Amino acid sequence: MIDAISHVNVWVDDQEEAKAFYTEKLGFEVREDATLEEFGGYRWLTVGPPGQPDVNVILSAAIPPAIDADTAKQVMALVNQGAMGPGIFRTEDCRKTAKELQERGVEFTQEPDARFYGVDAGFRDPFGNEWRLVQPIEYDLETVQGAEANGG
Amino acid sequence: MATVRLERHLLRARDLVDSRYAEPLDLPRLAQEAHVSPRHFSRSFRRVFGETPYQYLLSRRLERARHLLRTTEMTVAEICLEVGFTSVGSFTTTFSRHVGVSPTTFRKAYGGPSEADRIPLCYAMAWARRAGVGAFREDGASSAG
Repeated sequence: MIDAISHVNVWVDDQEEAKAFYTEKLGFEVREDATLEEFGGYRWLTVGPPGQPDVNVILSAAIPPAIDADTAKQVMALVNQGAMGPGIFRTEDCRKTAKELQERGVEFTQEPDARFYGVDAGFRDPFGNEWRLVQPIEYDLETVQGAEANGG
Repeated sequence: MATVRLERHLLRARDLVDSRYAEPLDLPRLAQEAHVSPRHFSRSFRRVFGETPYQYLLSRRLERARHLLRTTEMTVAEICLEVGFTSVGSFTTTFSRHVGVSPTTFRKAYGGPSEADRIPLCYAMAWARRAGVGAFREDGASSAG
């Protein structure tokens, strides 16, 4: 049985720039940052939100030998053109958090918007990865659909 | 700091379309967002995203129109303006050509509760858009092509 998700991978163009963005702008903490000379200088870099120590975001550079140079170029082109949106972050207050992140220079693709599942916004990291920022609410789909049917 | 690739610049222009589709976006404005010349922008956008900037803008406006027709009681004229068209006639013609039915008929067929209501906004916007529309330049309000 699988118990939990512990790590997710995000491709980045530059790990130092990624580290700065995810820590200084998003407020994440660095979990591990190890450069392994025995692996040809491979850098294992993970970050995560301070309140959730068991989930880590791996900030990976698309470089050989993990993937060949041509494939790396293709992967990063996909990231840069927004085809590799990685996931959804949860927040207690989407509007407040979005405002804080915008003041730190985070590039939002969508302002906070009330939806049936909560308040939802979207932003990108410097490389094109799109993250959603959601303040979830408890909802019952039958009720939502009934309200819409009645023009609510 | 890594060199910013052209794709990343083009994505900023596409994001601008997704967030400000109701505004009269034209090619110079989008090219400015991507930090390239209008000519280079149009060619590069098509190469990277598989359709012209105008096609992308038009398809986004039509996707948003279908969403509003399905989920609100706004009039067709209100929706027309809400998504960036300037003429109801142009909107109705464009909508009918690309969706296959008029806005009113679409609303009758798809209005009200739907399984689509389960889908978060970003996924709906990504998956409900019909790419590659706009072979005809019906919408004179925009020249983003």
